[in-house]
Amino acid sequence: MTRFIVRRLVAMIGVLFAVSVIVFVVFMVLPKQNPAQTLAGKNATPGLVKNIEEEWGFDDSLPVQYATMMKKVFTGELTSYKPRLPVDDRIIEGIPATLSLAVGAAVIWLFFGLLLGYLSAIRAGGWLDRILTGVSIAGISIPVFLLAPVLLYFLSYKLEIFPNAQYVPFSEDPYEWARHLILPWFTLALLSIGFYSRVLRSNMLDVMNEDYVRTARAKGLSERKVMTRHVLRNSLIPVITLFGLDFGATIAGTAIITEAIFSIDGVGYYAAEAVKKFELPPIMGVALYGAFFVVLLNALVDIAYAYLDPRVRLGESASE
Amino acid sequence: MSPAPLLSVSDLRVGFATEEGVVQAVDGISFDLRPGEVVAIVGESGSGKSVTAQTIIGLTRANNARIEGSVKLEGEDLLSASDSDLRRLRGDRIGMIFQDPMTSFNPVYRIGDQIVEAIRAHRETSKSEGKRRVVELFEAVGIPNAERRVDDYPHEFSGGMRQRAMIAMALALEPEVLIADEPTTALDVTIQAQILGLLEQLNRERNLATILITHDLGVVAEVADRVLVMYAGKVVEEGTLDEIFYDPQHPYTWGLLGSLTRIDRPRPHRLPQIAGSPPSLLDLPDGCPFRPRCPHEFSKCPQYPGLEARLPEAADHRDRCWLTPEEKKAKRLVEGQIGLEPPPEVRQA
Repeated sequence: MTRFIVRRLVAMIGVLFAVSVIVFVVFMVLPKQNPAQTLAGKNATPGLVKNIEEEWGFDDSLPVQYATMMKKVFTGELTSYKPRLPVDDRIIEGIPATLSLAVGAAVIWLFFGLLLGYLSAIRAGGWLDRILTGVSIAGISIPVFLLAPVLLYFLSYKLEIFPNAQYVPFSEDPYEWARHLILPWFTLALLSIGFYSRVLRSNMLDVMNEDYVRTARAKGLSERKVMTRHVLRNSLIPVITLFGLDFGATIAGTAIITEAIFSIDGVGYYAAEAVKKFELPPIMGVALYGAFFVVLLNALVDIAYAYLDPRVRLGESASE
Repeated sequence: MSPAPLLSVSDLRVGFATEEGVVQAVDGISFDLRPGEVVAIVGESGSGKSVTAQTIIGLTRANNARIEGSVKLEGEDLLSASDSDLRRLRGDRIGMIFQDPMTSFNPVYRIGDQIVEAIRAHRETSKSEGKRRVVELFEAVGIPNAERRVDDYPHEFSGGMRQRAMIAMALALEPEVLIADEPTTALDVTIQAQILGLLEQLNRERNLATILITHDLGVVAEVADRVLVMYAGKVVEEGTLDEIFYDPQHPYTWGLLGSLTRIDRPRPHRLPQIAGSPPSLLDLPDGCPFRPRCPHEFSKCPQYPGLEARLPEAADHRDRCWLTPEEKKAKRLVEGQIGLEPPPEVRQA
């Protein structure tokens, strides 16, 4: 098991290196325009462009340019140029808000997604299943950019049940922190609740036909034990994979729209502002940050997978 | 003369409602099972033998299932028992072994834990006590290094070892009845012989009443006391092992016997088989369902005879064929051996 974890972490570093090279190529090498011009942003003075050219060493060979860029990223010298602000610091400042949003939403979508999926599966074909199917499909079909303004308009502007967005740090006031995040959490979770309940339901219906479930019944286990210990447990394995990918994607990108609409001052909000102002350094920084979380969560998923399914530990896993 | 039956199945009918109509998988099967006895149910795929076995312990209960007749375990009716009463019997008084040991264990739990789970479903035992019991069971069914192997996962066991573990699980609570549903079908021939030997030994030592479901008459010859031959949901012939093997009355049984390879006979130039395939249960021919595949069909066959004793000397040897005993004696011989010629033209059902 330890060997498996070490192997997986080494692979993760390899993937991150590849991602950083791709970011470098996409932003610095491929564009026909002078990269210094792009980094400086719109309406930059020739002086600033010249400074950036020297700072980033665009006369050097590509590997040296790559090394310069990565050095900036790791030492916190990556800055935006209008005004000149450090990118790393701004991302780190935004992480608590983004994580609060993403973790809360993930807890909600896992809880409700799995609960509804389980109920749907054990009552497959019945009226409860039909209602839950309808609710899930509705949840999947409503886009965030529609749901978020509608919730904001009715629940916080009209009825004033929830505060009008903003982010209150947990350390300042846990109650207000949660109250401000409830709408964004549910906005972000709704699609996944529907999706996860559908996925779990269909996994469970597949597993119910497995021979070992019949064996479990033949042993004389209670129906509840058969469902939880054998059907649910085995159906969760593919859901874990999905969760790792989705959670990583939420931290890295999906939260951008939600943060922008609810004015939550997190990493996604920062990225949205940078895109609006066409500032390249923050976009690069956020891209690398996003890649880090996606890759990290995938590694964690593989480790969890090995824990849940003993067959993965022995055989060479799919990640190799 | 013989002890009272432990398990008594009478006129069991199991049908499943489907979109194309009701599939009558089992159509009136009756038999008694006494302690220490092995009753074999033989037939091709779709003959209803597995459905019979699973219905006995209630595994076919479903919204679309129509189950009639009675299954009594020492007088207690299992078909009308509540789900929870039946659950208490399963694994405890009736153990079951399934066909495919590769898929019959949950891949994510240790084999020992899965057997302990079965024990703890019925007895108040600690996990460590349960595990000690599993080690004993593993030794009883011939799994080497029992102490260590209880902590292995199913994928770490070979097929034969898994089937031994399956048997250990079925025997964990010392059931009175063992249902073995094709216990050797998925195994190599050498392993099959070992598993059969083990079943026979356990049967003898523990006075187990066993229902053996199989399509393989070779397996039946090894262990069975009584044999029921099923075709299209009905028993077409039943009798003792000797009666079925040496004096078979139904052409379908002849066909099954004829397709058996035997080392004590000259090798045929082509392995015999029964022509055609079993009929669809949704579209059975009138009368005898074996008629389209039977070379001996005659004017009486469009009516299906009942399961009756047709030999004066054997009251418990019953079959469903209109031919007279003398005709049967003459017709069942193909080149001097029991067998079935293919009909002149095989009409597919």
